[in-house]
Amino acid sequence: MSEKSEKKSFKQKMMSGQIWKSIWRHDFEDTGVNRGKVLRSNVFLHLHPIRVPKHAMKIRFTWCMGGITFFAFLVECITGILLMFYYHPTVDMAYLDMKYLMFDVPFGQILRNMHRWGAHLMVFSVMLHMLRVFLTASYKPPREFNWVVGVLLLTLTLLMSFTGYLLPWDQLAFWAITVGTNMGAATPFLGVEGPFSIATKFNDVRFVLLGGTTVGANALLRFYVLHVIAVPVVVCVFMAIHFWRIRKDGGISRPL
Amino acid sequence: MAEEITEKKPVKKTVPKKEKNPYVWPDLPFMELMCMIVVMLVLILWSLGMDAPLGEIATPSRTENPAKAPWYFIGLQEILVYFDPWYAGVVVPSIIIVGLMAIPYLDNNPKGVGEYNFSARKFAWINFLVGYAMWMVAIVVGQFMRGPSWFFFWPWEPWDPNIHHAEVLLKNIPFATGLISLVVYFALFYLLPIIFRTKIYKQLDFTRYFVLMTLMALMYAVPIKMVMRQVFHIRYVLVTPWFNI
Ligand code: HEM
Repeated sequence: MSEKSEKKSFKQKMMSGQIWKSIWRHDFEDTGVNRGKVLRSNVFLHLHPIRVPKHAMKIRFTWCMGGITFFAFLVECITGILLMFYYHPTVDMAYLDMKYLMFDVPFGQILRNMHRWGAHLMVFSVMLHMLRVFLTASYKPPREFNWVVGVLLLTLTLLMSFTGYLLPWDQLAFWAITVGTNMGAATPFLGVEGPFSIATKFNDVRFVLLGGTTVGANALLRFYVLHVIAVPVVVCVFMAIHFWRIRKDGGISRPL
Repeated sequence: MAEEITEKKPVKKTVPKKEKNPYVWPDLPFMELMCMIVVMLVLILWSLGMDAPLGEIATPSRTENPAKAPWYFIGLQEILVYFDPWYAGVVVPSIIIVGLMAIPYLDNNPKGVGEYNFSARKFAWINFLVGYAMWMVAIVVGQFMRGPSWFFFWPWEPWDPNIHHAEVLLKNIPFATGLISLVVYFALFYLLPIIFRTKIYKQLDFTRYFVLMTLMALMYAVPIKMVMRQVFHIRYVLVTPWFNI
């Protein structure tokens, strides 16, 4: 290093060092190139386009609802993983774990609350997001397919909430899921009580959902696995497609 | 840089204005950050102020009455009053999902993209909003106005099954009448727009027109059936040995 470096401040030294440069591949001068590089060279930001029409940045246009849905999903992932440390998906333990969370685990109550209300928030915001996409006609060509992906995401969001609802193993959960999965038994053709049934009690839709004919230990385990892994993974895949397609379909919709 | 994909025949599009769009960084990520902070604050305050419900431990031998689904499913539970489970619980949600997915392929009106433009898309707005409103109303009724045995109570009434109006006797429509009225009902949806030469009919090809009208007939059948039951005490419109509607 030359003597000059002695005059540099610590910050300047740090920012011209190899470590820093290996992480941030742009400098901070306010130039167009840099404003582009910031986004391009960061995996979390690279979903963004470099430039975007003015109206697309207005909250008035998107209501920020797609973003809030995504954010709520992230909150659910984080609080959900923390809850998993304390929860056993067994008939003996599940309910006690809830009590344990509420009365014993440090910050357990607020953790559980945030996971529950976050789920409500996510359902609520995805409903509003769909409304705004419809009202702005953002499903019209070339964005038709992304609307379809969106509908799948809506369905999956509801499924995540539904499977989570059983896990506290209280009366509300038990009977809501009983009512819900009894619908499975009413499925035409594939449900034992449905019209034109070709199924029995032991191989119909409800049986597949519950791993039994009534809500019990198998159902709890099934719902748990669906809730913490299976559905969220599918959601992640479809979200990736959703976000990628927004860009590929020409970015956020704008008046022609 | 918002890349346009124009593999198909370029939609008649005025060439984008030459003035360049503003940069995303730092404005948009900054707004997203603000948005995240606000949502996080709201969620934390909500969670501090209100506890997630937890009932008694699940006891299979003791039924919970009423057993309510979470609010976003309560709309389906609400229409269980009016339709049998195979229809309310399986067919209706399936039609809703498929119907929603079909929207972009049915609506071939190119207008209104990227703006809130009611006058260019009256038909689409009205019908979508009607459907959306039906969902909301069913949620509100199911959540706040249904008590034990799914009896109706105004929000200010106590959940006392005794104050409840006596069950009315429900009747079914005879098979022939029922079948004919169903056929007429659907025929009206297919024919009226043609007879009145509406824009919808002129704008859509046969397949789109047929699918759209079928979905609309199915959607409006739900409130119609509700009225028939509440006002005319009709239980089933069509009774067959295999299923009832
Ligand atoms: C888990 C659920 C979902 C997430 C996280 C999500 C996320 C997003 C985000 C962040 C955007 C960018 C613009 C905005 O924020 O409005 C977007 C756009 C879009 N979303 Fe979703 N979305 C979800 C569900 C849905 C649903 C249910 C639909 C429709 C049925 C849908 C259809 C669309 C379409 C068509 C666009 C492009 C809009 C445009 O170009 O203006 N999405 N989504």
